[in-house]
Formats: sequence, structure tokens, C-alpha cells
Amino acid sequence: MTAAVADAPAAGAIPSFQVTLRLRRFNPENDTEPRWEDHTVTMHGTDRVLDALHKIKWEIDGSLTFRRSCAHGICGSDAMRINGRNRLACKTLLKDLPLDKPITVEPIKGLAVLKDLVVDMDPFFEAYKSIMPFLVTSGNDPSRERRQSPEDRARYDDTTKCIMCAACTTSCPVYWSDGQYFGPQAIVGAHRFIFDSRDEGAEERLEILNDRDGVWRCRTTFNCTDACPRGIEVTKAIQEVKRALLFRRV
Amino acid sequence: MQTHQYDVVIVGAGGAGMRAALESGQRVRTAVLTKLYPTRSHTGAAQGGMCAALANVEEDNWEWHTFDTVKGGDFLVDQDAAEVMAKEAIDAVLDLEKMGLPFNRTPDGLIDQRRFGGHTRKHGEAAVRRSCFAADRTGHMILQTLYQQCIKREVEFFNEFYVLDLLFTEVDGVKRTAGVVAYELATGEIHVFRAKAVIFATGGAGKVYKTTSNAHTLTGDGMAIAYRRGLPLEDMEFFQFHPTGLAGLGILLSEAARGEGAILRNSEGERFMERYAPTLKDLAPRDVVARAMANEVREGRGAGPNKDYVLLDLTHLEPSHIDAKLPDITEFARTYLGVEPYTEPVPVFPTAHYAMGGMPTTIDAEVLADNTHVLPGLYAAGEVACVSVHGANRLGTNSLLDINVFGRRAGLAAAVFAEKAPLVELPEAPSDATVALLEAIRDRADGERVAVLRRELQETMDANAQVFRSEATLKQALSDIQALKTRYANVSVQDKGRRFNTDLLEAVELGFLLDLAEVIVVGALERKESRGGHFREDYQNRDDVNYMRHTMAYRSSDDDGAGVRLDFKPVVVTRYQPMERKF
Repeated sequence: MTAAVADAPAAGAIPSFQVTLRLRRFNPENDTEPRWEDHTVTMHGTDRVLDALHKIKWEIDGSLTFRRSCAHGICGSDAMRINGRNRLACKTLLKDLPLDKPITVEPIKGLAVLKDLVVDMDPFFEAYKSIMPFLVTSGNDPSRERRQSPEDRARYDDTTKCIMCAACTTSCPVYWSDGQYFGPQAIVGAHRFIFDSRDEGAEERLEILNDRDGVWRCRTTFNCTDACPRGIEVTKAIQEVKRALLFRRV
Repeated sequence: MQTHQYDVVIVGAGGAGMRAALESGQRVRTAVLTKLYPTRSHTGAAQGGMCAALANVEEDNWEWHTFDTVKGGDFLVDQDAAEVMAKEAIDAVLDLEKMGLPFNRTPDGLIDQRRFGGHTRKHGEAAVRRSCFAADRTGHMILQTLYQQCIKREVEFFNEFYVLDLLFTEVDGVKRTAGVVAYELATGEIHVFRAKAVIFATGGAGKVYKTTSNAHTLTGDGMAIAYRRGLPLEDMEFFQFHPTGLAGLGILLSEAARGEGAILRNSEGERFMERYAPTLKDLAPRDVVARAMANEVREGRGAGPNKDYVLLDLTHLEPSHIDAKLPDITEFARTYLGVEPYTEPVPVFPTAHYAMGGMPTTIDAEVLADNTHVLPGLYAAGEVACVSVHGANRLGTNSLLDINVFGRRAGLAAAVFAEKAPLVELPEAPSDATVALLEAIRDRADGERVAVLRRELQETMDANAQVFRSEATLKQALSDIQALKTRYANVSVQDKGRRFNTDLLEAVELGFLLDLAEVIVVGALERKESRGGHFREDYQNRDDVNYMRHTMAYRSSDDDGAGVRLDFKPVVVTRYQPMERKF
């Protein structure tokens, strides 16, 4: 490359830009209160928030702590509150955010912060476990597969996409204010089986969700649907469960 | 330090680990240790399907599947193991369906099946519909279903427990498995798990490379721990480069795209696979396709401003068909490259995807301590293991099959062993080595940065030990790795704390990657032939006379420090004699 092309990026070059991340930090070994910390880094066109977090961790401050694994929106490790909205850091491209002001990155809300962006996921998984998230059948298993028509298979397809990242549950105002509510994800998990034609556990599951901390707590704010990185219509799934409870049929 | 006691301890909670837990947990007291949460495991990233000769949509049988696996693996597959896998594939798929897995269905309500690379009818005549799938998130559904069954059966998990050592005790002159040492991420505490049997199901090591479909956490922990404890690693020079990674990013786009009709094109719009594999074309095995793509780019027919990728063309497929069968991968293209697959071809290039090699095991998942002797109480399954069912090149879908078939076998075998075996005494000071490893890094005030060394390692591996290799490039890689190992001895971390010290964890992981990279490169240097995923520009043909044998790599300590010692093991041949591999 020569100086003549300094003004315009060379063909194929990926444009770079400066971005400031405003991170919510908390180290239980040193801090009594969470604090904000700014870092400015140079990033490239296809980079995601996760890349910027890595750049800070790897080049500036190794103690910055967050969970991540697959880095392409499948494992569900890196749900965070980015500019006030729950998203996956690995699925949020920097170029899609306003870069003229700092990007705020905080832990998801409603679960105890353990360190920086890491929260205690155990209550979330416990809520999931409580709704019998497994196929319930009676009698002997058939020798071949159970049959299911493509239409019956499609009935619950949307809720099978859930990666348990907790973006929905921790975007729910009811969940923030009420430690007992199952939260949207557990209801999504229940929906996946309630509407599966092979399953025989719907009655029992609906009874669990009919509890005072169950599905009726939902105030239909649609935060969960907006937050879902998999595009699941979470609020619709909750409404379908409510309707099934009202009419006792699936 | 805390001590726990179980009959069986399973390390890793991906598909293989959880499938094993379902067997073992019903029979004996079982714990599953994972450095993540079970649902975060990389099994969930697998897309295209799981092959089994169900013959739901067209004629098929397990013998053809066995043949394809052997030929796809370029005859380095142990044929007895491939036969077991292909036979048990049918029940493995049906078991998953009974557990609730939401497979796509035929109009009659049967499990639907589609084509996949290298899977054929009648020994190569034409592509066959053998892959059972749930859209393009089959791995996700397998991981979810196995996790759901683990909840149902109350399997005990230790989440974010990072296993760092494997313990043995000699009893009557025989080395036996005694347990593992784990580091609890949340607290920094050390835990010793005493067990009659241990199953390693820790997955792969793709982070040896820079461009990879693998998760950040796939750092070959299990392989490296076993290797450091004197156990062999088999066929590590064979690494699979998946043809269709998103260009520049390495994110996987399933072969299912080509199974559903997508076509690879070069900058001239040519369907170049017709030249390389006239019968199977775009659905030739992955090593063949990846090499063809790299060759197109090398000969100047790459697409894009830098001519450094080829194009995956789905534009002739109906958008509704794409949405029904390939929703996730088309979304990846949109999200990460801003490309609309309905109307634009997607830039793709090979990405490091799968370790064919690993801890050598029998067909019952027992780990071998040498060519013939099993190590009592130790088992391995999934990508960490080498049975060997994948040989020199794994066929697409056979990994999801492998974890189910051999995960189940490992769980059963370990439970049966634990039912009758006594608990072995722990060795003296069982956690000392682990504590020393961690504290040496944590206490070092100043030194080399983990990220710098890791990037240099990954760059030399991409440049010198990828799709095309030669003596010169491999020697370069080896000298780079050895220099990095020297620098690694002086690695330090900034986070000196106890809680969630992922800085420290990454440093340990880098040590594992360096060891494994060395094994890969030393094996590749020694193998002066081209076979499956291992292609030597200086030895372009397969050499069955000298190299139809498995590589067994051992860690050896000499005056210069640790090096790699190679031994060799014969390939098990039953039905199929090696033949020229044409597709």
C-alpha cells in the first residue's frame, strides 16, 4: 500500500474506527460497590461487542471478566445489557450501535452479580428445571420412532430454538421485582413440550404454571420478545400457555 | 481443598458426556464436571444432522454407511469400530427421538433424511439421503434433549469446574485411575474427585488455529492432560478443515446447505467441484472440497477484492425452502457478513473444524495406554477420543453420531467397571501439581501476555499447518511453537484474584494448546504422504506401504525439556481393502 491511498481504504480493506465501551465493573475481592470504567479501542467493520471486550481483556486489563464460548450466538453464554438492552455480545455488531457516544455494557439484571459481567445463573436454571422440561410419555416405547406430522412438528418449532441465554427472563420487569416468578424462559421451556403432540405431561406442567408465581404474573410488556436473540416470539408463547390454562386444552 | 467421592466422574457435558451420564447415572453414583454450563457446550453448534441408515426416504443400509465412513476416512479408519458405529447409528437416532428430539418429519410422520457429503448408496454410486436432522440446528437439539433427560434423571452436575489433572495410583504394579483434580471457577478452590472410573468427554482443540469454527473454550484440555500424564495421542496430525466457514470469520455454514442444493463457485462463476469430484461434486468429503477451494484461490480464481475466498451460492433455492431447512446459517450470513443468501452468494473459506485424532480407545471407549493395553478405569468419548472411526477425514454428521454411540458405550462400560472395581487410594498430595501449575502463573509479577503468545501460535498454525503442508512449512511451525513454549514458561496474568479468574484459565488453556500444536506438527512432519485431511505438497500421494498406520504420540522428557516421541499402530482392516479415492 502506498501513501497515495491513505485517504481511502484499499480495496478489500476493512474500515476501522474508535469505540468507547463504558463497562460496569465489580470485583467482589476489592470493591464494595459496582463502578463504571471507560476504555477506548480501535475496532473493525465486522467486529462485535464481544471482540471489543476481548480486545480490552487481552490487551488492556486481563481482570475484565465475562462468560463466552461459541462466539456466534448459539451457546448462550454472553447475554449482557448493551446500551440498556439485553443482547448477546457475540451477535451485536459494533457498527450497528451509535458510536459517537460510549457503549454501555452491564450484567443482565435480576440475578446476583458475581464479578463484572458474570451473574449467578443458578436461579435461572432452577426455574427451568421446575417446569418438567422433558418429554413425558406413558406405556412402552415403540420399537421405531413415534410418528409426528410436519404440521404437529411445526406447532412447537419456535420454542425449540431457545439457547437459555436468559436475555428474556432478565429483561422482564416482573422478574426484576419478584424473586419468585419463573420468568419467560421457563415458560418457553414448558411451551416447547406442552404443544408437542408426543408429550403427555401438559396437564401437570400447566398446573405448575398456574401457580401464583407462574404464568399469570406476566404483564405482557413484550420486553422478552424484544430481547430474544433467537427471534422467538416469547410473549406469544406465554399467551398460548395462558390460553391453554383458561380453556384446558392444547 | 475439598475431596469428593463418586463411582464415575465424567469430565465434559457436551453430547458425549451427557450421553454417558444417562447410562452411568442410572447404575452408579455419577458426577459430571464441566468448565461451562452443560447447555453451552459446542455440540450445540453442530448443524447439519446425524447419519443413520434408517432408510426412511430411500433404500439404505448400515454396511454402505460403514463403507462410506472408511473410504471418507481415506482407509485410516479402524473398520471394526466404523461397523459398530454405523450399525448402532440406527438405535442411536431412535433413542434420541424417544427422548423427545424434534427431528424434521416426512409427510408420513417419519424422521426425515437428507443428503450429506460423502454419504452414498451402493458404495459410491450416488449421494444418499441418510442424515437425520432438525433444521440446521441438529446439534442444538441433541444438546438440549440430552440435558433435558439429565434433568429428568437427576444427573449431578458441577458447573464451571475446570478439570486440570488426572490421577493414577499404582496397584500391584498396574497403573489405575484414581480420580481428577478440578478448579472451581467461582471461588478459585481446588477439588479432588476420587472415582473408580473417569470418562473424558472434553471435546476438541480447534483453538490451535486462528480461523476456526470452534468455540473459544475448545482448547484440547482433556487431550493435553492425558498427554502430560504419559498417555498417547493418536493421529493428531489429522485435522479437518470444514469447507464452508464464513470468509474471514470461520463461523460454520453447514454442509447441509450443499446437501439442500447449494453450489460452490469461483470468481468466474464456475461450479469448480465438477472438475475435482465429477460424481459427488459439491458433496464430496470435506478434505476434498476444502483442498479444491484453497486451490482455486491459490490459482487466482478466488472471489472478492482480495480474491481470497470462494462463493456458496444458494440463490437458485426457493426462499421458503431455505427458511424451512437452513434458517440459522442464512441468519449467520446476514448478521455477520451482511449478505442476503436469497439473492447473493455467501463468501466462504475453509475453517479449522474437527480433530480426527485424540486419546486412543477401544470400541468400548476404554483408553489405551499404549498400542494394546487399556488403562483400567479410564474412558474417553467424542472428539477428545480416537476410536478410530474418522481416520484421516471425518464424514459430515459422523461426529454427532460418534458422541451418541460412543458416549453411550463409555457410560455403560464405566458403570459396569465401577460396579465391581474397588476404589483406588489417591496418590500422595493429589492436588500439588495443579496448585503449582496455577500459582506459578498467578504469582509471576510480570511476563509474556497470554493473548500475544496465543495469536502467534494460531497464526503460525494457519500459515504452516493448514490445508496445504510441506516439510518447510511444518519445520517453520515447529520452530515457532518451540520458541513460544520457551516464552510461555514466563507467561503472567494481570488478574491475581481467586474469583472467576478467567485470565488465569486462559493462560492454562494456552499451555494445553501449545503442547497439542507440537504434537500435530511433529506427526505431520513424520507422515510423508497425503491422506485425508493431511495434505503434503512434497508427498502428494497416499502411501499405503509405509503410512497406512496410526501415529501414536507420547510426551518424552529429554535433556532439552519435553519433546514428542512417535510410535505407530496398525489399522484394523476387516472388509475393505484400500482403493483409490475418487468421488
